[in-house]
Amino acid sequence: MATVERKTGGGIGEAVLRKEDRKFVTGEGRYVDDLRLPGMLHAVFVRSPFGHARITGIDTAAAEALPGVHRVLTHATLPAETGVLCASNPPGSDVRQPEQPLLARDEVRYVGEPVAIVIADDRYLARDGADLVHVDYDPLPVVCDAEAALADGAPLVHSEYPDNAAATLFHETDGFAEALAGAARTVELRVVNQRVTPMPMETRGCIGDWQQSTGEVTLHTSTQVAHFVRTFISFVCGTSEAKVRVVTPDVGGGFGAKLNTYREEFAVCSASRVLGVPVKWIEDRSENAVATIHGRDQIQYYTAGVDESGRIVALKLEAFQNNGAYHQLLTPTISHLTVFMVPGCYDIQNISIRMRQAFTNTTPTDAYRGAGRPEATHGIERLMDAIADDLGLDPAEVRRVNFIKPEQFPYSSSTGLVYDSGDYDTTLDEALRLADYAGFAARRAASEANGRYRGIGLSTYVEVCGLAPSAVTAAIGVGAPGWEHSTVRLHPTGKATVITGTSPHGQGHATSWSQIVQTELGVPFEDVEVIHGDTAFQPYGLGTYGSRSLAVGGVALYRSLGKVREKAREIAANLLECSVDDLEWTGSSWQVKGSPDRAKTIQELAGAAWAASSMPEGVEPVLEATTFHDPPNFTFPFGTHVCEVEIDPDTGRVEIVNYTAVDDCGNVINPMIVDGQVHGGIIQGLGQALYEETVYGEDGQMLTPTLVEYLVPSAADVPPMTLARTTTPSPSNPMGVKGIGEAGTIAASAAIVNAAVDALSGLGVRHLEMPMQPARIWNVIQEATS
Amino acid sequence: MGQTITVTVNGTAHTAEVDPRTLLVHFLREQLTLTGTHIGCDTSTCGCCTVHLDGEPVLSCSVLAVQADGCAVRTVEGLAEGGELHPIQQAFHENHGLQCGFCTPGMMMTGLGVIEQNPNAADEEIREALEGNLCRCTGYQNIVAAVRSAADQMARS
Ligand code: FES
Ligand code: FES
Repeated sequence: MATVERKTGGGIGEAVLRKEDRKFVTGEGRYVDDLRLPGMLHAVFVRSPFGHARITGIDTAAAEALPGVHRVLTHATLPAETGVLCASNPPGSDVRQPEQPLLARDEVRYVGEPVAIVIADDRYLARDGADLVHVDYDPLPVVCDAEAALADGAPLVHSEYPDNAAATLFHETDGFAEALAGAARTVELRVVNQRVTPMPMETRGCIGDWQQSTGEVTLHTSTQVAHFVRTFISFVCGTSEAKVRVVTPDVGGGFGAKLNTYREEFAVCSASRVLGVPVKWIEDRSENAVATIHGRDQIQYYTAGVDESGRIVALKLEAFQNNGAYHQLLTPTISHLTVFMVPGCYDIQNISIRMRQAFTNTTPTDAYRGAGRPEATHGIERLMDAIADDLGLDPAEVRRVNFIKPEQFPYSSSTGLVYDSGDYDTTLDEALRLADYAGFAARRAASEANGRYRGIGLSTYVEVCGLAPSAVTAAIGVGAPGWEHSTVRLHPTGKATVITGTSPHGQGHATSWSQIVQTELGVPFEDVEVIHGDTAFQPYGLGTYGSRSLAVGGVALYRSLGKVREKAREIAANLLECSVDDLEWTGSSWQVKGSPDRAKTIQELAGAAWAASSMPEGVEPVLEATTFHDPPNFTFPFGTHVCEVEIDPDTGRVEIVNYTAVDDCGNVINPMIVDGQVHGGIIQGLGQALYEETVYGEDGQMLTPTLVEYLVPSAADVPPMTLARTTTPSPSNPMGVKGIGEAGTIAASAAIVNAAVDALSGLGVRHLEMPMQPARIWNVIQEATS
Repeated sequence: MGQTITVTVNGTAHTAEVDPRTLLVHFLREQLTLTGTHIGCDTSTCGCCTVHLDGEPVLSCSVLAVQADGCAVRTVEGLAEGGELHPIQQAFHENHGLQCGFCTPGMMMTGLGVIEQNPNAADEEIREALEGNLCRCTGYQNIVAAVRSAADQMARS
């Protein structure tokens, strides 16, 4: 896109270079593995090598005899009040919540489930010790696939239940069956949204530090949700929440993998309690592949009743979600988010959705960038192309006839959401123009002349983000609210500290929040410091996930700035001996209307508020304000992505030759950061479309345990991209902002797969599953041409 | 038993006793507390740990500390001079070539290696050369732009 000029410092809407960068480019970033506390020991977990087995004995003697090993703890010796807790209980779903002890008691249910913790002088010795822990297992039958797990006679993951049903969500509108029966024709499609692994470049890690004398515990952990972790430590470790401090150092990426509370976080606290010294655990990459949540893993069966124009008159989805062996923080809610977004950006009034969640002998699934919404978007966008194909229509036209129209907003969806604002035709038009959709036929002919297949694919997406109104989180059974906190503190010198409940891990909140302060309060960008991620310094914060930081946390900041500004106005009126109504805000000072010489800058007012010698009646000293902002609604960013591919018939390689994204995330604070989020999001979607798949063998073994088998895109794999935006402000908040962190990932996979299906459509190919690795595509071509 | 080695890191000679199995990356991070070099994998696939060993980019997770005996190592901490950012650091900043920053030190050391070997590398060559360095945040567009712009800047000066 036309590059916006980048600047050092600035306000809302400017491409301001990040104030976070310097520490990272100089190596001064401080991630959890960079911290060392006095007397600290190191932990390594002994993990199950079986997908399902009974533990018949654990012998720790040899490990404990090894010089340098201090202790080996097992379920019997590691203190805990309870196991890991799940905060998600969708109403009416009959959700089951199996116990997930910190260390396995008598049964392991997935490869990688922790069984013992070895604590030693350094991590080499702890690893040596772990190799000497002898665990006797009796293997049990395994099931790893959600559909298979729900079939009669499947091996039971939890023998206390009669079957592997984890939860079932069902939603159907009145009159659905009649609408489907009356449709001119039906189109059916099965779509697999495969299991993937989040793979932040920094794995997880934490240090527990339990003070024996006071009972205070500090956990340094690589997380997106410090306050959740604190609350849950108080439950799991059986202590007062007021004695728990959670500190988030720099976090090397999260993507939802760190939106959780994990066994290891509790275990290092308890181990520190037992040993009396800090205990550090840093996850290995191959450990991360089994010990940290996975994403997706949903199988979908769509039936669309359509009229001759391609308009969907009724839509049915029967889906199977693989929850893994246990429920992590939000597992049952993730496919609930899929349910909400099944209709996408289309006006589909008659709908029936059944989401059957299953327990399997696999690592639990939970939020991964997009969390339930990519599954919905990928499915409906594949379905749109299937409908177009069935009717012989242009996929763009089928989308248009189904779009919710601009005049329908606010729009009540058949799944119970109220979409705030949107203009889907405009982003589609703009994307088709930028991608030269009209000129595609000529490009296809040119490719075919070179013996290559060429295709073009669309993804018109809408997502729900800005999580979330607290009344809604409660109504859908999430045991946590969705508001966010901010405090703005002006120091006597007029410099500002912002304390935010959001918890950035690459998103650049310090920069964006400083821009908001400069615009709204007139304190220069460089005079603002942003504090986050330490429960000792902030009131409760909900953290960073679900593209919520700006739409909820940023708006909380905006409201605190407004409060500070208004308080400053009262002080200014007192100093200038006028009424507040006589004052106008200049952007950085209050001045008597029409009299620039009678003004007080925000810095002067901060000093006066601190000195407090001349305060108006009833006004407290100091310019400081706090807001807990609970949004009235979600926000609904949207857009159109267009992908163009070439496929080499000899190798089966899908090459993306052009990628165009037109996104609408409402008003933008920093276009450079937004573009960065879109780039990264698209490449994660591309990873799922082309390369990534977390695979279990029949025996429950993890077949993709390292970055050698699990292919993450590299610089050599990324296509040229054209980015553009339209701006449809959200009416859900006074800033008109929406959110952009997940949009790219939500949109990309469908555009890429649709392009590849289009490329091979001449061979009679109607559908392709992800990941479209060369071998898979080569086989498809062979079958179609032989 | 420990073994005594001398390694010159960012211009300073360090003599230390190491366990022979100690990886160079752990020597740098744990013994010298130079934590700017990161660890992102255990299969030599991510590039987070890239440093220069006698002027060549290497994966410090794949080199034993004892193998670096007598060698010169350059890490991210040795890039800036006198508070002045190195052109590669400045370029990553100005091109928004980082988000969480975890891959960044390794990415810059590899990028610098490319520039030093081929100051006129085309974008395609830069992409190929960065293939062993994974970034999960940026989608690489701005990383490639940053390396390109650092190369131009260094050619000018
Ligand atoms: S740590 Fe991944 S390549 Fe060295
Ligand atoms: S910036 Fe986060 S991994 Fe590259």
